Amino acid sequence: MTFGLGVSAIGQGLLWATLGLVLFLTFRILDFPDMTVEGTFPMGAAACVAAINNGISPIWATLIAIGVGMLCGLATGLLYTKGRIPILLAGILVMTAAYSVNLRIMHGRSNLTLLDKPSLLKLPIFAHAPMYFDSVFLGFTVIVILTLVLIYFLQTDLGQAFIATGDNEKMARSLGIKTDNMKIMGLMVSNGVIGLGGALVAQNDGYADVNMGIGVIVIALASIIIGEVAFGELTMNQRLVAVTLGSILYRFVLLVVLKLGFNTNDLKLFSSVVLALCMMVPVFRDMFNLKRVWKRGISTHD
Amino acid sequence: MTKPILELKHVVTKVNRNTPEELTLLKDLNLSINEGDFITILGSNGAGKSTLFNTIAGNLTIDSGDILLRGESIANESEERRTRFLSRVFQDPKLGTAPRMTVAENLLLATKRGEHRHLTPRHLKQHMAEFKEMTSGMGNGLNERLTTPTGSLSGGQRQALSFLMATLKKPDILLLDEHTAALDPKTSQELMTATNERIIAQNLTCLMITHHLDDALKYGNRLVVISDGKITYDVSGDEKQQLTQEKLYSFFSDLQE
Repeated sequence: MTFGLGVSAIGQGLLWATLGLVLFLTFRILDFPDMTVEGTFPMGAAACVAAINNGISPIWATLIAIGVGMLCGLATGLLYTKGRIPILLAGILVMTAAYSVNLRIMHGRSNLTLLDKPSLLKLPIFAHAPMYFDSVFLGFTVIVILTLVLIYFLQTDLGQAFIATGDNEKMARSLGIKTDNMKIMGLMVSNGVIGLGGALVAQNDGYADVNMGIGVIVIALASIIIGEVAFGELTMNQRLVAVTLGSILYRFVLLVVLKLGFNTNDLKLFSSVVLALCMMVPVFRDMFNLKRVWKRGISTHD
Repeated sequence: MTKPILELKHVVTKVNRNTPEELTLLKDLNLSINEGDFITILGSNGAGKSTLFNTIAGNLTIDSGDILLRGESIANESEERRTRFLSRVFQDPKLGTAPRMTVAENLLLATKRGEHRHLTPRHLKQHMAEFKEMTSGMGNGLNERLTTPTGSLSGGQRQALSFLMATLKKPDILLLDEHTAALDPKTSQELMTATNERIIAQNLTCLMITHHLDDALKYGNRLVVISDGKITYDVSGDEKQQLTQEKLYSFFSDLQE
């Protein structure tokens, strides 16, 4: 039983790591928080489940989820770069609008199940996988491909221009990099993959829910920051791997919380607390350093 | 007679258009720059020196007049597009380099200034030897720090790097906006010497804003004074060689009156 829960946590961690990996592109590389995620994630889920219910194959349904995610990213990107709306608000606008769109996609219902319908996890290759291992295999495959694609991308001329845009926009422009296009590209790619994440999680859970986006940005950021806190100074490629490990670690933290007797309604509170604590690690570190300085200041030289 | 490489004709640049704060910064400014000119630009604060650079680089659009590159108007080209022929170094060492990227990565970005960037591998290793040689020419230890993020370099090293990045791919026009002003006197002199050597060696066409009368007199073949949005003084060749600080001072005090 406990072993099963552990495997399930790894599977969930891998599926959710897709979000952390691409949020890394916007949050860490472009250096801004993209709230669109909270609308894109349920939209990917809704689009995928609705498509499967309409008889479309799970693979195509998943691709559709990527497509609608990219459209959300494009909307935020255009509002931000061409409309000059601050990124936080641009994301919130699209996220809010997405709520209505998601209800439309799900024909006015807040919940749409995949009962008895095909899904990526019911593909023949997973037929012989033991309980919970199907999500581990699927998640692992997706994460490996995604990580390799990102590692390749960031080492290309385009990827370097993308990094430069987030690092020093004025310099990037003075070298002829079209920074607006870089930001729109980043938002489209990241939201496309977040749509994918929504589709994967929905197929794993067996349903799409209009409220499943609430708090996903916290979960995704938690996997990035837990990875950073746990593994410290890393190269760019190592940091990408650390995100996935952070995502799995985070699932184990939730497992422990549930084991302690809290119920699932408390999880969002814990998600926020875990993220807040991890983000305050540098502050705590400074405080401890300060203490050491004080100690040195009052110690006698002998 | 050499043909002008860049011409500004009756350029008027305003900011905060159609608001009560509307300001005209360049007022019918005319300037013709020949290939190989190294022009030092003097002017008091608010005279329009930086506005001139921002207008040439495309950060500011002009309200009337025209900007011609080799006879073709570039007045409607975007800032990004103008980087095909133009590069610049800013006064603030923080502006010219990407702090989390290494020295070599910054240089590599600059090799493709103004070009389309594709999904092709960047080939950083193939450039390392070239970068090593280039940076050792600056004589400030930059060549030892190629794999260091630029955020941990000194201000002088960063400005030297910014200058290298601006000249790595030879620009038709180089704009130096007080690029040594934020540095200590010794570092500032070293960078200025290196700058001058490279401009002469590559026969670059360069405009340099400076507040040092010494530098303005010592370097370049032409000296221009901007005041109140116009070119008010323009000497070159022998006439510039014979110019002295006293003459410049008296010129500036005339302007004040």
